[in-house]
Amino acid sequence: MPEYRTRRLSRRRVALTAPLTVLAMVAACSAPGAQESPSGQTSAAVSTELGSEQITLEMYAETGFPLAKALAEEFTKQHPNVKFNVREDQFTVIVENAPRVMASDNAPDIIRLPTMVDLVKDGLLKNLDPYFAAYGWDKFPASQLVQLRVAEGGRPRGTGSLYAMGLGYAITGVFYNKQLAQKVGMTQPPATVAEFEDLLAKAKAANVQPIMQFNKNTAGINFPHQALQNQFGDPAQIADWIFQKPGATFDTPAALKATQTIQKWAQAGYFPKDANAIDYTAMMGQFQKGGGLFMFNGDWESANLDKSMPGNVGFFLFPGETAGAKHVAMSAPNTFGVSAKAKHPDAAAFFLNWVHTNDKAREISVKNGGTSPGGPPNLAVPPAAEGTVLAQTLKASAQLGAENGAVDFTANATGAIFASAITPEMQKLVAGQQTPEGYVKAVQAEYEKELSK
Amino acid sequence: MTTAPSRVTAQRAGLSRPARPGRPTPVPPRRRRWLRLARWSGWLWVLPALLMYAIFVLRPLALTFQYSLYHWNGIGVARWAGLENYVTVFTDRDLLKIVGNAFVLIIFFSFIPVGLGLVIAALVRRISSGPFGTAVRTILFLPQVIPLVAAGIAWSWLLSSTGLVNQLLRGIGLDGLARAWLGEFDTALPSVGLIGAWVLLGLCTILLITGMSKIDPALYESARLDGAGPIREFLAITLPSLRQEIGVCLTVTVIAALASFDIVYIATGGGPGLQTTVPGLEIYRLAFAQRQVGLASALGVVLMALVLICVLPIQRLTREDKG
Repeated sequence: MPEYRTRRLSRRRVALTAPLTVLAMVAACSAPGAQESPSGQTSAAVSTELGSEQITLEMYAETGFPLAKALAEEFTKQHPNVKFNVREDQFTVIVENAPRVMASDNAPDIIRLPTMVDLVKDGLLKNLDPYFAAYGWDKFPASQLVQLRVAEGGRPRGTGSLYAMGLGYAITGVFYNKQLAQKVGMTQPPATVAEFEDLLAKAKAANVQPIMQFNKNTAGINFPHQALQNQFGDPAQIADWIFQKPGATFDTPAALKATQTIQKWAQAGYFPKDANAIDYTAMMGQFQKGGGLFMFNGDWESANLDKSMPGNVGFFLFPGETAGAKHVAMSAPNTFGVSAKAKHPDAAAFFLNWVHTNDKAREISVKNGGTSPGGPPNLAVPPAAEGTVLAQTLKASAQLGAENGAVDFTANATGAIFASAITPEMQKLVAGQQTPEGYVKAVQAEYEKELSK
Repeated sequence: MTTAPSRVTAQRAGLSRPARPGRPTPVPPRRRRWLRLARWSGWLWVLPALLMYAIFVLRPLALTFQYSLYHWNGIGVARWAGLENYVTVFTDRDLLKIVGNAFVLIIFFSFIPVGLGLVIAALVRRISSGPFGTAVRTILFLPQVIPLVAAGIAWSWLLSSTGLVNQLLRGIGLDGLARAWLGEFDTALPSVGLIGAWVLLGLCTILLITGMSKIDPALYESARLDGAGPIREFLAITLPSLRQEIGVCLTVTVIAALASFDIVYIATGGGPGLQTTVPGLEIYRLAFAQRQVGLASALGVVLMALVLICVLPIQRLTREDKG
């Protein structure tokens, strides 16, 4: 049947044509992406005046944390000519979206930032140095803004130009359930790591879940891991690694000892048996229901916990190895930057300065955000009600500042280290599928892989 | 052009005349030109669809292939990589494990729903008509209607350490079996697989019941007269008659297994470790979280090839023989 054969033939021809068309289309295209590296753009002339022109600031913020929106509303109340258009997404979504959103023609003016290094490298973030000078942010404690500095070309962090500001400065530590603490005979927060471990053992013996921690899609056990790592060695080493300083390594005795301790805790049943199946929300729910004595978390939950378990929750900074040792805690600004393509960069910078210096704004940072508002040290931190956990975290925040013990999160070292190494390897570790030595080596290997890109 | 259609019709009529094999009819040059035009006029009708296809399928396909040849973070300067990304896909131990996971899921997403579907279909075939049959079909098909994300959430509750599954196990005294099904290394992948099996079982069963209803009852009758039992009936009549339906089921479910994303993303997020990470999830992570658009594209191209390699033989084997 010739007709059938023709059809077969033409079908074969079509089958051949499709990939050829694809190949031809590929050949016709040029390389994707930007054609050359953007140079460090620092527009010299900036203004600290808000003006009276009607403008709308585009803000891209994190959902579930109402602080940014509350600050925006208050700002509009005080400056009616500035309105906000707030778009909210989950943090992980912002992490994924930020580069494309900022590279688009509708780049937001103010944006909650994931790690900044890649964004600076790709020229997507506005250099805030001119505003730093114009607003006199040099009066802020230098340690407050150090995490927000990035050297030219994107590496290392912790030095170079300022690229963001914090909408509040968070610290982490250990929340505890007061009723359960009483049950296991805990009368005051532990003063050493050994004392803390003693309490864990007591809790276990009293049939109380010692630590309620999530470890599902993002490794929550990295909180206690770094809390230990901070105490076992020089925190500067950790900071160098996070800031991508040349030669920095994760494979240190301190990190190894921390990992061994975590494994020991996991084997002793101090973490929930199904920690690898518990996500952040589930952890919060469980802790609020009395499902654990301790929870490693940040002060952003203070206000929330004051509401959900009033009077029944306490907070302490994770102790050192010896009593009286300097406190070191993971602490990071609630980072917000200005897009390089922002339509109203001056107004955005005005807002960031206002957040740090306006009385009402500082109050909102404390009451809504549960965190220290930062800013110049001569401005008092608005007080929280006595006896609340919020008051305790604010006190801890001031103490940490005085001891100069803030260190960034290891999870922030590179854009993907958390997802590609820390999370899966930590899950393996607590399930007994990875050795402590294997863990530190795996994290370091992934880190090197990412830096060599 | 305006007069063309009628002539085209005439030409078509000419074309449809049975050709005599071995002796090609000589075609005059003018007619040959019309013949060619007629052939091309067909393309005019498919042009709109073709255009859409080119924009939304071929172009992204081409771009994916192009990106796979570069090291690129999606924004900055792209560096030519040649086949490096493909080498990584085929040599990186993690990525190979991830592809392996997808093949394990084929057992759960394809073989269990099709196998179990055949058994259920054979059992409910007799009651497939009437209100009771409708109810059965609705219940079976229900998982297909529920969004996969909702199914994932519901199942992750059921399978959690305090969930219904463990409560049931403890209730009947099997405390030793209770565990965090989605959180443990041994049980996470099979648990995700079972969620997929649950989702796809209904679709397969309904397709197979429909297929069975088309089988000539006379065949069964004659088989029974020949002394065949229900199992013999099933093997000799039902199974061969369902060849095409089984082909469709396998094609759909194998693709669902290899390209799975939503159930895994919701139920486990790929964890613990990389135990339940599948290529679809890894492509998304590589492209958006790790910003390795090139490697993600290469994995995407490889995944497409894998789907074709798995599905084309199924299509060929289950195609109805042409007379």
